[in-house]
Amino acid sequence: MIELEGVYRTYAMGGQLLHALNDVSETIEAGDYVAVVGPSGSGKSTLLNVLGCLDRPSRGTYRLNGEDVGSFSDEDLSRVRRHQVGFVFQSFHLIPRLDAEENVAFPMIFAGVPRAERRERVAAALRMVGLQERAHHRPAELSGGEQQRVAIARATVMRPQMLLADEPTGNLDSSSGRTVMEVLEGMNAAGLTLIVVTHDPAMASRARRALRMEDGRIVQRTRRGELRGGPVAAAPPEPAS
Amino acid sequence: MTPGDLAAFALTALLRHRLRTSMSLIGVAIGVAAVVALTALGEGARRYVTAQFSTLGSSLLVILPGKNETTGSFPGMGGVPNDLTLDDAMALQRGIPKLDLISPLSMGNETVSNRERRRQVVVLGSTREFLEIHQLEVATGHTLPAGELDRGAQLVVLGATVADELFEGEPAVGRAVRVGDWRMRVIGVLARRGEQVGFDMDDLVVVPVATGMRIFNRTSLFRVVLGVGAHHDLDATCSRAVAILTERHGEEDVTCITQESVVSSLSSILTVLTLALGGIAAVSLSVAGVGIMNLMLVSVSERTREVGLLKAIGAGNRQVLAVFLAEAILIASMGGLLGLTLGWASIRILVLLYPVFPASTPPWAAAAALAVSVCLGAIFGVLPARRAAHLDPVAALAGR
Repeated sequence: MIELEGVYRTYAMGGQLLHALNDVSETIEAGDYVAVVGPSGSGKSTLLNVLGCLDRPSRGTYRLNGEDVGSFSDEDLSRVRRHQVGFVFQSFHLIPRLDAEENVAFPMIFAGVPRAERRERVAAALRMVGLQERAHHRPAELSGGEQQRVAIARATVMRPQMLLADEPTGNLDSSSGRTVMEVLEGMNAAGLTLIVVTHDPAMASRARRALRMEDGRIVQRTRRGELRGGPVAAAPPEPAS
Repeated sequence: MTPGDLAAFALTALLRHRLRTSMSLIGVAIGVAAVVALTALGEGARRYVTAQFSTLGSSLLVILPGKNETTGSFPGMGGVPNDLTLDDAMALQRGIPKLDLISPLSMGNETVSNRERRRQVVVLGSTREFLEIHQLEVATGHTLPAGELDRGAQLVVLGATVADELFEGEPAVGRAVRVGDWRMRVIGVLARRGEQVGFDMDDLVVVPVATGMRIFNRTSLFRVVLGVGAHHDLDATCSRAVAILTERHGEEDVTCITQESVVSSLSSILTVLTLALGGIAAVSLSVAGVGIMNLMLVSVSERTREVGLLKAIGAGNRQVLAVFLAEAILIASMGGLLGLTLGWASIRILVLLYPVFPASTPPWAAAAALAVSVCLGAIFGVLPARRAAHLDPVAALAGR
């Protein structure tokens, strides 16, 4: 379970303070499927980075499974990322000189998973994303959709609790985008908490709930029940705290 | 993360830029090859000199006239050594038990002539033992006769070059030559020997020691060489010899040195020389280290996004550090191995060309060169690796 309480993330930009996150409080239950929407620069990616322990809140508390992440050392944070978080990026971030299999195996190297076990888990992860046949292709030999599926296999191979996807279909055509979303949702169905940053309303509508951000604040929360398959409907804004 | 995983990943990164990697690698290789080759030359010089001196035999003592320490007396009062005479040598022969050999030596330059053919050569006045010590064998005729030291027969043994020059291939044995003003009968010609410790052993003539002293009109010997059995205490024999001569001269005015001490001091001088050569070569290694650092800095800045990814998938700072450090160390140690091979090969070639010169890389130098190159990678890799390790993950992922 993810609990954010009065979280700020502030940058100094040319002598001015920029609030990438401005007093964000939110609770996300394990296994939830949340879309984060909003215009560019609204703080969506910063929120994702904070949730994934790549970034620390400047102020406020972030509790992950009841533990205050703010008190963690750098090494603790990297352990959290290693074991509990899987990242999927818009630009895939595969290592070009490694083939699909090696890319997927990569996180397990840092976690010290023995070689034999690695091979099994890589094979299983590639099967999950439907790419077992492409195991020995390098990223340059794969289509965008396939590359993103390799990235998803890599993000899930450590069996994390949450999968954080930042515009996962942003660089893909609509049909491979759909395949990628299906794969991600499949992971969610298997129990992973899935948080997707997107500015595509159609994609946001697939999530169980959506958070709309503007200027570092969550300005709107929507549940799928309230949407009934339609576009993200306006919900009454939260009272400012 | 096991060392194997680290090395495998580092290798993929290095193979991606083969040209760049091989340039850095060659830099290290040249440095290591220089260390290996130069120390091999130094070590070769040491062995060469040691070997040359060892042919003189290690159980030899040399008595020189004069004291090679300051006497502390006023100028003109004492300190002028007495002659080391033939009588002294005979006293040593009587006074030291179980002497294997005694070889007094007088030495000078004289003209040796066969009618109109003359040649200025080194004349050694000595004994047959002298020839034995220096492994000088007679090719034709006889060596010097055994007998009392003071018997100055008019006999001469010619060096090979001298015999060739004076007799032009005709048999020399039995003929007469003039050495200075003295007429001598040639009893033997030495086998060719070449140079020994920089001295042409073919361009000399040998006469009995007493004859030599008469030719040079001198009463003092150049030196006396004593040989004792291998089981004898050389130092004790030295003291005994000095004591005998001190008693005869009324003061201690001779010096006794052992061949061993000469060889060992020369050897240690040349070892220092080898170290110095190695040190100079090591300078080129440090240049190679800067090359590695440059390569790694470029690599880190090119792979900023990869560093971001490493952090996103859970690599800790120390693991990122290890990844980049492993690359630097891998380059350095591969360069080290290549350099070792290069250095070794060049020394092999040198030895093939000049078989006399026993150049060989001392094992400590090879090991040190390899160890230094690994450390080089570690030291010069730290700065770039630390830079990578401390990148902010969010900024790095964005390629900033």
